[in-house]
Amino acid sequence: MTIGLEHYLFVSVLLFAIGFFGVLLRKNTLVVFMCLELMLSASILALIAFSRYHSTPGHPLMEGNLLVMFIIAIAACEVAVGLAIIVALWRRNQTVELSEINELKH
Amino acid sequence: MKEIFFLIFAVLTILTALCVPLSRKPVNAAMNMLVSFVGLAALFVLLETYFLAVLQVMVYAGAIVVLFLFIIMLMDANQSPPPKLVRFLASFAALALLAVGGYYLVFGCGSGPYPEISAAAPAALSRTFGVELFTKYLLPFQMTGFMLLIAMVGVIVVSRKHEPETTGGEK
Repeated sequence: MTIGLEHYLFVSVLLFAIGFFGVLLRKNTLVVFMCLELMLSASILALIAFSRYHSTPGHPLMEGNLLVMFIIAIAACEVAVGLAIIVALWRRNQTVELSEINELKH
Repeated sequence: MKEIFFLIFAVLTILTALCVPLSRKPVNAAMNMLVSFVGLAALFVLLETYFLAVLQVMVYAGAIVVLFLFIIMLMDANQSPPPKLVRFLASFAALALLAVGGYYLVFGCGSGPYPEISAAAPAALSRTFGVELFTKYLLPFQMTGFMLLIAMVGVIVVSRKHEPETTGGEK
């Protein structure tokens, strides 16, 4: 068995599905946020696999890798802002459970 | 040899990722996420993108997980009650649906022939990476820098202590 593009893509799909599972299942804001990060890294794996398998010696395709670098920078920003929002929520409500943060609902 | 390494690291990544939503305490979830990101970096090494593997370990496994651990330490978030059975079953159904759908999307007969990997493709990878980044993608690179600055200012504004008259919801 040789490892082809489809195997990497399937790992990426599984990682994305697990992240989605966590977002649906958990009510702790921090764990939901971690699962969002898992989904983002699944997309990174798919991009790198596509970029590697489409590159040739004459044309080393770098577009996927460059996009991944930008995605990592954006993920760092997103985590910083999201965790600041979670800290603000904690300071205001003393809880991070999503089932208890429902002020906009009522 | 490469197949064995791929299987080991893929299974490691998937299993520890599955432990993230299933672990009760947020600290355990963060630790599982750390191992999962390291396994993902190993998969990047197998794909011969060494620079991004290093970047993955430094930014994700280093910075992001440490940030999560800091926040968990600050809020001493105790373990949440276990989810209801209906909720668990519905989430698991979504997981199974995505996994099976992804399997048929990737391995099914409709998905065309995938390109073969070429042996020595990324020659002088870091050099090519840098040249592309600073010529063709210079403007997005600069905008990423500005975005980091904006995120920093935004974090400071959001996490600042508010004045008593600006917090409307305080009782």
